[in-house]
Amino acid sequence: MATTRAFARLAARPTAVRPAVFTRSFASVTDTAARDPISKAGEAINPDPTRKVVPESKTSTTKEPAPDKDAKIKSFHIYRWNPDEPASKPKMQTYTLDLNKTGPMMLDALIRIKNEVDPTLTFRRSCREGICGSCAMNIDGVNTLACLCRIPTDTAKESRIYPLPHMYVVKDLVPDMTNFYKQYRSVKPYLQRTTPAPDGREYRQSKAERKKLDGLYECILCACCSTSCPSYWWNQEEYLGPAVLLQSYRWIADSRDEKTAERQDALNNSMSLYRCHTILNCSRTCPKGLNPALAIAEIKKSMAFT
Amino acid sequence: MAKISGLQREVLSLYRQCLRACRKKPADTRLNFYNHTRSEFHRNSSINKKDFGTIEYLIRSGRKKLETYEDPGIRNIANL
Repeated sequence: MATTRAFARLAARPTAVRPAVFTRSFASVTDTAARDPISKAGEAINPDPTRKVVPESKTSTTKEPAPDKDAKIKSFHIYRWNPDEPASKPKMQTYTLDLNKTGPMMLDALIRIKNEVDPTLTFRRSCREGICGSCAMNIDGVNTLACLCRIPTDTAKESRIYPLPHMYVVKDLVPDMTNFYKQYRSVKPYLQRTTPAPDGREYRQSKAERKKLDGLYECILCACCSTSCPSYWWNQEEYLGPAVLLQSYRWIADSRDEKTAERQDALNNSMSLYRCHTILNCSRTCPKGLNPALAIAEIKKSMAFT
Repeated sequence: MAKISGLQREVLSLYRQCLRACRKKPADTRLNFYNHTRSEFHRNSSINKKDFGTIEYLIRSGRKKLETYEDPGIRNIANL
């Protein structure tokens, strides 16, 4: 009975045409023709019925559509390296885009280059809103998330995009994060308890205890801070780096965790924690506005007074 | 024979590690693993021995591959 009712409701629903206001469009694109890929000009050639090759003198050339008179052409220099040719050196490749036809963020530019100009360009991206941390890269000398970084509108200056510094490169803008994740695993980033909750239900926290985790739990592990730290550059194997230490402090500060002493013990050597020399590059670069240096200082303080 | 460099020693040690890993594979497919190891090393044997960056990269990726293929769950390998 319930299913028939549901079907009836489905059938009765008016199939209204979506008004044009709700159709998707790029944030900064005003003319719809601009959304057509450049390659569309090439596809528009009608195939010859006799299957003979059309000489190039009779076909059109695929090129950037004639630039508008108010076009804002900006060039992007992007680090390229292909692992399939290991003997070739990494190179910088230049792409030019019209900013009027591109979204406002660096990631929009990268996606547009990949879609329309060069499909071999490789980079990680996922959420395009700064919550996944996939698109971390070095843009104009600063480690940041491409999806949170606006394209500077000054077209006279060229943008330079590199992978995260001092990481092994997998391809183009993709760094090898194996070591980083291994370090993250080593701090045991999960709640460790042996005693059950007093009322047998959830582990309760006071508001003040919860407040201690603010500014720690927001970290998305994009590794922007760790790879901006000179200390981490030189001792990547042993020094944990700001991102992992911030996570470590997140569990040390957690009132529900019962292994605080063990966690501190694990950091109590000359390399894991004390390679931090308060350079503060981490806090300066964090795309989420967190303060890993403060967390590291808090760990050091808590270890000094126990 | 000339003295071998540290990098060459690393390549040889990786090669031996790979051969040892092959020995742990099931007998009927072991030859495939041997052939794969040999062809992978042979493919890059023409690289200039002064091209340290490339060789280091290849060693690194080779170690990673070895780590993956060492898994006892992997019982056969295709030779292309």
